[in-house]
Amino acid sequence: MTLSLALEARDLAQLPSRRDEDWRWTDLRGLIRELPAPSPEAVATPAGPFGEVGEAELLVVNGRVKGDASLLNLAEGEHRVVRLRLVSASGGTAHAVRLCVQLAAGAELILLETHEGQAGGYLADAHLSISLDQGARLERIVLADDEAEAISVSTAEVRLGAGAEFSQTILTHGARRQRLETRVEHPGQAAKVRMDGAYLVTGRRHADLTTAVTHGGADGVTEQLIKGVVADQGRGVFQGRITVSPGADRTDARMGHHALVLSDRAEVNAKPELLIFADDVACAHGATVGALDEDAVFYAQQRGMPEAVAKALLTEAFIGEVIDRIGHDGAREIARTWAADRRVV
Amino acid sequence: MLSVNNLHARVEAAEILKGLSLELPAGQVHAIMGPNGAGKSTLSYVLTGRQGYEVTAGTVTLDGEDLLALEANERAARGVFLSFQYPLEIPGVTAMTFLRTAMNAQRKARGETEISATDFLKRAREVAKQLKMDFDMLKRPLNVGFSGGEKKRMEIFQMAMLSPRLLILDETDSGLDIDALKIVADGVNALRSPDRAMLVITHYQRLLDYIRPDQVHVLAAGRIAASGGPELALELERDGYDRYARAA
Repeated sequence: MTLSLALEARDLAQLPSRRDEDWRWTDLRGLIRELPAPSPEAVATPAGPFGEVGEAELLVVNGRVKGDASLLNLAEGEHRVVRLRLVSASGGTAHAVRLCVQLAAGAELILLETHEGQAGGYLADAHLSISLDQGARLERIVLADDEAEAISVSTAEVRLGAGAEFSQTILTHGARRQRLETRVEHPGQAAKVRMDGAYLVTGRRHADLTTAVTHGGADGVTEQLIKGVVADQGRGVFQGRITVSPGADRTDARMGHHALVLSDRAEVNAKPELLIFADDVACAHGATVGALDEDAVFYAQQRGMPEAVAKALLTEAFIGEVIDRIGHDGAREIARTWAADRRVV
Repeated sequence: MLSVNNLHARVEAAEILKGLSLELPAGQVHAIMGPNGAGKSTLSYVLTGRQGYEVTAGTVTLDGEDLLALEANERAARGVFLSFQYPLEIPGVTAMTFLRTAMNAQRKARGETEISATDFLKRAREVAKQLKMDFDMLKRPLNVGFSGGEKKRMEIFQMAMLSPRLLILDETDSGLDIDALKIVADGVNALRSPDRAMLVITHYQRLLDYIRPDQVHVLAAGRIAASGGPELALELERDGYDRYARAA
């Protein structure tokens, strides 16, 4: 049951609904009453949020690849910084795209991925198959900038070789309904995964960050820090599952999810799960949901900041911890500005 | 400078201040001493405009201006500074960013131009040097992982940078050893000036050995029960607060 299947088969019954345990907070079947017409050819604005950072750009408009998709295939030992722009440029229509990211042994890719809503109320699906051979490294930074009335689903399926490193930071401010999902097959064997994210949700937006990591072999590392700020009638969803399979001994897995709820009608649904079937593992998860610390707000006010400035500073700092962990310098500062422009008070 | 007249205030349903009056002229240091629960912290929060503290009667003016009509940040911009008993830890915001944001907010409220990053940095270096502070502390998230003494020193640093006119020190001595206490007191004493007033709120006489007050007031059961010179503090140290608690 996926959005892409439903779009392909033109069949509403293929949509995930609240009866699917993994989709109970992000119901699509109840929301989509009829499938919109396929999106037409269209053009996108010339520059995305990452501007000119990196060497190459792969543009996808309304599900159509406008360039050389082989930019995402790196040969052994090759290094590259690529902007991947997934643009939705037509209102009220639907599109989907499937892409492959393949890194041969020792290759290194910085993938600057943006989801750009340049029209209203579209329905978008994106699927990335990512595979990293031995010792390859991928840092994926996603700025999900969907339009307020859009419905958008993005799924990344990641396979890692021994000693590979997959680092991810997803920043989103949601959409009418939006899900950003990442599934990782973790081989252990000194491979490392970092899967961070932050959702900044206002109005009636909905952002769902779902991740699943399965450790299949011994000596793997996974760390995760997700933070969220929700206000108005916004809704944030975090579902994180780390499975440590039998034999995946000495797995080191840490998950943290922390959210600020800034209004009575805002909502956060969180389901952190650790499923451990191996011995001698170091696994931990922590989750907190709360309001902004009133003492800290008053402290900042007492030093001269108006209440709104104090709250903005504190929420920015709260999210900053996620952004600080981005490895690529240029991308980190663009991400910081992006988040500041969408800050929630 | 500061004039408090018949101040009544409550927190939720409980009346804490019950007719407190106080005159603090410019250039003077007054100590407020009192037993636990007398309303010392409530007084500091009411003067600085914390939400949840409701004034039910009385007036507070700073140089004739009604302080109670102003928001907390507006009072700060007028020069009211509270040194917190327990300074907050703010993860993710460096001391420099926090203070520059605060300083520029104050300047904006007073109709002044913002301080440039270079000028701010220069001034911060000077003040840190005067206070014998490690400048690198200012690049760390504000107060995170700081010892009690370091946090109080950071309060003094902020105070020196913001150059307030009315300083309220709320139990500044709590949690400090003698060495840290001396450093803090030196920082406070350096700020004494004819156009500045200080209110030192404390439970113990100890701090007043280092910050010599012009006057001492005993706060008991929500009002000033006695006032006198520095000798009153020594008397309290010897005899305790029982007499005033009973009288109230």
